Amino acid sequence: MLEASETPSLPSVLGDALKRQIFALQDYALLVLQSLKTVFTPPFYWADTLEQMDLIGVGSLPIVVITSFFIGGVMVLQTAAQFERFGETALTGDAVSLALVRELGPAITALLVAGRNASGIASELGSMVVTEQVDAMRALGTDPIRKLMTPRVLATLTMLPLLVAVFDFVGLIGGFVVSYFTLRLGAVQFWTRAIQALQLGDLVQGGTKPIIFGLIIATVGCYQGLRVKGGTQGVGRATTTAVVVSSVFVLVVDFFLARILLYIFHK
Amino acid sequence: MPQNRALRFLLVSIYNLRHAAFSPALETVLAMNQTVPGEPLIVFKDVRIGFDEGDVLGGISFEVEPGETKVLLGETGSGKTLVLKLAAGLLRPDSGHILVMGHDVSEMPEKELLDFRRRIGFVFQEGALFDSMNVEANVAFRLVEEKVPEEETEARVREALRFVQLEEALEKFPAELSGGMRRRVSIARALVDRPPIVFYDSPTAGLDPVTSQTIINLILRGRDLQDVTSLLATQRVQDAFGLANYRFDKATGTVTRLSSNGARPDAPPTNILVLRNGEIFFEGATEELLHSSDQYLKQFLLSAE
Repeated sequence: MLEASETPSLPSVLGDALKRQIFALQDYALLVLQSLKTVFTPPFYWADTLEQMDLIGVGSLPIVVITSFFIGGVMVLQTAAQFERFGETALTGDAVSLALVRELGPAITALLVAGRNASGIASELGSMVVTEQVDAMRALGTDPIRKLMTPRVLATLTMLPLLVAVFDFVGLIGGFVVSYFTLRLGAVQFWTRAIQALQLGDLVQGGTKPIIFGLIIATVGCYQGLRVKGGTQGVGRATTTAVVVSSVFVLVVDFFLARILLYIFHK
Repeated sequence: MPQNRALRFLLVSIYNLRHAAFSPALETVLAMNQTVPGEPLIVFKDVRIGFDEGDVLGGISFEVEPGETKVLLGETGSGKTLVLKLAAGLLRPDSGHILVMGHDVSEMPEKELLDFRRRIGFVFQEGALFDSMNVEANVAFRLVEEKVPEEETEARVREALRFVQLEEALEKFPAELSGGMRRRVSIARALVDRPPIVFYDSPTAGLDPVTSQTIINLILRGRDLQDVTSLLATQRVQDAFGLANYRFDKATGTVTRLSSNGARPDAPPTNILVLRNGEIFFEGATEELLHSSDQYLKQFLLSAE
């Protein structure tokens, strides 16, 4: 049993916890920098990058398409009642388009990809760490950051904006289908308003966010995977942490990015 | 590998282009192989490393001569694997120096260490084969990274797999192999580039006696055919005696027992280093261990009976 004098004080426990978090953040930042540095110097692992693009981009396509169609549809269901009260059902196209392109497209696609790929990356790399495959790679003279992390980061960075574009488009189709059957809105009316509602700032928002989110998802997944401790149990923990941290990180960064981009483009 | 044919073609084209575009840094690799005749190949000078729970290695010093096999004997947790990982530069010591082929690996930056490690072989405890690659790709990994031409790579991979008698397992994945086969593939992967030094981390751990003997025979063949200097961590004293008392006869192509009259001019030197609680407890030849009256050392000998 611990003596009273051996019990650590609350400030020291909090101080240690804070120190651990700061060290983890520093470690994460250094890992990201190391990975980004390898993008510009040979050897390049383009084949691995293309393979990851296939896994992350093409592999995520079904869930992105299905989710976006129903999100577009449910948006119409939720907003139609409000617009009907003012007799402005024609504005449905504007609302769906702006919400999808500015916010829902990037955020929800990022959350879907985080759930699917941050966990996948963390568990794959984590398993490689606990079975000494990463050490074996280093022992064979290959940099695991260059070979394992950079292709995943590049693939997520490039695939997420494309997935967001697909999400926005299919979401608009979902919105149109539902508004056609519930509000009797014509195709020309819906699509004209949906397209005209968008301005350059909205497209920049919709295009910038997924690049940042892609970087967060891939680097958090890789960081959690490459820093696994504690065998298979540690891999499970890293997988969960990768999804939770990347999802929360995406939503927090989304808020600040939205604030900055709205300030720039909608002063 | 993606199933889509177009994507596969694209991947192969990019892979081939990469081969043509970047030649290996041969000068760097050759410069790494700096050995001075008569000088030890591996030197540990007062090496200390610890983790949260305290010092795991408390200032150990030893040397390995060219052609020597140094067997690190010790219980679980005595620091054997740490010694190998430190020697390969996979871990850095808290203090002390480690010289391998004249290079201080304890102070080398990671980028130089990657080049340096291309000159050594490392056999991990469970094999550490890449489970997403088949046996051929695993053994070829280093050669592919070094941009060795495809035909030469294929020939050398076959030769290495023939050496470990696993040529028929070329297309198999690690999950389809037994524990012993995985170790043999791992040995083939370590020896494929004919490194002058190989580190073996408990290559017989968890294997039955017959398979363990097969692995020791392979290590013998590697030592006697390729003049490999090695550090071998093990819990089994039988491994040390196997390496000390037998050699591979190039003329007959068989493993033969060395004469037991004490004079062994043709025997490659095999010495034992016993680690206990992170310190060197014993260092010497197998004969000295055999005649030691120390109770702790006798426990190792009894375990072999």
